[in-house]
Amino acid sequence: MDKRQVEENIFKFLMGVSTSIVLGSLLLIVLTILAKGLPSLSLNMLIQTPQGGYYAGKEGGILNAIIGSLVLGIGGTFLAALIGIPVALYLNLYLPKGSKWATAVRFSFDVLWGIPSIVYGAFGFTLMIILGLRASLLAGMITIALLIIPIIARTMDEALKMIPAELKETSYALGATKFETALKVILRQAAPGILTALLLGFGRGVGDAASVLFTAGFTDNLPTSLFKPVATLPLAIFFQLGTPFPEVQQRGYASAFVLTVLLLLVSLVSRRLSKKYTKHIVR
Amino acid sequence: MMSRKIKDILAEKTMFLLSSFVISLLFLMALGLFLRARPILLVKPLTEILFSPLWHPTTGHFGLAAFINGTLWVTLIAIIIAVPLSLLTAIYLSEYAHKRVRDFAKPLIDLLAGISPVIYGVWGVIAIVPLVRGIHEFFPFGSDNYTGFSALTAGIVLAVMVFPITISVIDEVLRTVSREMREASLALGATRWQTIKYAVLRKAVPGIIAAIILGLSRAFGETMAVLMVAGCSLQSFTRSIFDTAYPLPALIANTYGEMMSIPLYDGAVLLAALILLVLTAGFNMIGWGILLRIEGGEN
Repeated sequence: MDKRQVEENIFKFLMGVSTSIVLGSLLLIVLTILAKGLPSLSLNMLIQTPQGGYYAGKEGGILNAIIGSLVLGIGGTFLAALIGIPVALYLNLYLPKGSKWATAVRFSFDVLWGIPSIVYGAFGFTLMIILGLRASLLAGMITIALLIIPIIARTMDEALKMIPAELKETSYALGATKFETALKVILRQAAPGILTALLLGFGRGVGDAASVLFTAGFTDNLPTSLFKPVATLPLAIFFQLGTPFPEVQQRGYASAFVLTVLLLLVSLVSRRLSKKYTKHIVR
Repeated sequence: MMSRKIKDILAEKTMFLLSSFVISLLFLMALGLFLRARPILLVKPLTEILFSPLWHPTTGHFGLAAFINGTLWVTLIAIIIAVPLSLLTAIYLSEYAHKRVRDFAKPLIDLLAGISPVIYGVWGVIAIVPLVRGIHEFFPFGSDNYTGFSALTAGIVLAVMVFPITISVIDEVLRTVSREMREASLALGATRWQTIKYAVLRKAVPGIIAAIILGLSRAFGETMAVLMVAGCSLQSFTRSIFDTAYPLPALIANTYGEMMSIPLYDGAVLLAALILLVLTAGFNMIGWGILLRIEGGEN
């Protein structure tokens, strides 16, 4: 065997090892969380809010955090969609191909996507002071929305780019304005892409803790008002793991299991939906 | 008839305004943080804040050097681990792997990107902390009560968190290298690896650098996972991979409860956030700028 072949084989081997490590780490994370979390999970944890002394090992559950995360995630995604969807439509329908403004907007989204969530949290905090808000569901929703606008808009933008130009032109030829085309043709055609984008943003919003640490606060109660603090799953996990009591830490693992399953479900559903809906699309 | 036209124009104007908001958001964020950080900048020179290792808010000392040092340690460790693994994985997926393997692996890597940072932290506590403790015990200098919470632990967890972005960007970049180039090299009798080494990678260098910069920025700003596994002790100034580290983002996250009660404290913390914003925005602009030029060069 010549030297070149040896080198080829060495690198092939290294690539195999690397790919296994990368994919293996995902498997390892999921398995670790499953193995540690599932045994400590009980029905009570899912249907009760923390009772007095919960963080010292007394009775209760994390329903406050589960409901809180869902409400916060849905609210934040809704706010982000209000900005993200119109901008993505604007980029693809109103601006000509190769427009400088479109390039600048896309570039801004890419950069914003890379800004750490703790910075969004800190900015949300300054915004709160300016608006005179306290740590609350509303402040958390606004911060989450800012965090996921780039994700929703950019993912949707990629989906809209795939829409054939003929479709738009047909709609214009029938006398529709751009706005009508956007609402009645493009949004329908891009429905799977939009759904995927929304779910991706929702997943990121639900999973993030650093941005809501300052802004959403934490509470043992279920969310009842936009102006009161709200509990979130990632923070519940963080706090439970931070206690010195092994039985509470166990519940932290169980909570981590709940969050992981939730996020994996969101991811699977978005994949499923986008496959299902692509059937009804004009190609 | 008129009302339809008016609606269309109104929609366009609204969308334009929204897109202006997106472009200005970065500046708004920087401005907002700057305004809150100003009180401390007025009484203390920036150089003192950046280079003094003394952090003692109750006595009015706000030196960030220990935290900046901690950030550099964990980021560097993460990048040293993540870059070779990402590069080899991306090369394998784009150049060698069967389409079926690729279709199986890509969604899994996307899934890795969707896992919550706190989950990474929990995994770090359960799996990586004992691993690092084991590695440490292997060395003769190991002390008995070593906890395993360290810069290395944070670096390993961060490396896994960086994989999705670096792998997907490198993979994209490799795919933009033209087929003709590969075929020409193979036709000259080069092996596949030689083709990759001499033709493909050389062409892809800028894109790979962009991927590394984007990964670096990701590791730089990651907060919760690091907070959970790095040890984050105020006593230490990280000098080795086995020392605890207390990176900037973790500092910001850890002070949320107390920072409003001490004068200038909130200014110092929000200044730390501003520093993070400026650096990560800079990294991302360079990274995406390079990728934009590659894309532009293609058309």
